[in-house]
Amino acid sequence: MSVPLPYYLALSAVLFTIGVVGVLVRRNVIVVFMAIELMLNSVNLTLVAFSSFLGDVTGQALVFFVMAVAAAEAAVGLAIVIAVYRNKPTVHLDDINILKW
Amino acid sequence: MIAEQLLFAFLAACAVTTAVLMVFQRNPVTSAISLIGNFFCLAALYLLLEAQLLAVLEIAVYAGAIMVLVVFVIMLLNVGDEVSLSFRPNLRMIAGGVLMVAFLLELLYLFTMAPGAGSIVVAAMRPSGLGTVESMGHALYSGFLFPLQITGLLLLIAVVGAVILAKRRLS
Repeated sequence: MSVPLPYYLALSAVLFTIGVVGVLVRRNVIVVFMAIELMLNSVNLTLVAFSSFLGDVTGQALVFFVMAVAAAEAAVGLAIVIAVYRNKPTVHLDDINILKW
Repeated sequence: MIAEQLLFAFLAACAVTTAVLMVFQRNPVTSAISLIGNFFCLAALYLLLEAQLLAVLEIAVYAGAIMVLVVFVIMLLNVGDEVSLSFRPNLRMIAGGVLMVAFLLELLYLFTMAPGAGSIVVAAMRPSGLGTVESMGHALYSGFLFPLQITGLLLLIAVVGAVILAKRRLS
């Protein structure tokens, strides 16, 4: 591991920020969804980097659980997108505003 | 050792490029493909960090299962290009952008330049076998046994929930 830890952390910070920009700028539900996956992945990178630099397997076990939760979230989230689309045929976030006031 | 650094630089550049492409492509399918590229870069980075099992899982679960689901939904809904990226530079957007840059700089400072940031240098410098299936399995089935069981339950609930949500009508 000749690449120092701060490099990995900086990379994951950049990826996380790009994910936040994606959530804020894009108005397509599915792309917002993918930006959230990107943020989850950047946090995973942080966990794996800390885990292998500290020599502790806990971080990697945590990443395992994050992946499982991400899979569950993807399934339910996309099902919600489909259910909303059935009510109102759009994936544009600004058009989905029934619960807004 | 220089090879590892070059590899890291290349993978990091690829990861950032694909992430930016993912956000700024108008076509959602292109976004999805870019995100898959990003997952592959991250899997390679995991390999660099000697987390072999997670590298395989990253490709199988993220690039495989989750992205297939996303692409499937894009196809099912027949989503077209986004008309515009809705980037009207109003006050809120500018404030958000300033906050974003501040957030990034803060994180970078914290991770790289803050006092004590370099102190977690290396505990396990050499091949530890930490990320192998054996060591992960040992950790998951001893210390994390209860969370593992709960995860199984969570996945079951998610499957049932997804089916009920996506069903046309409950009868």
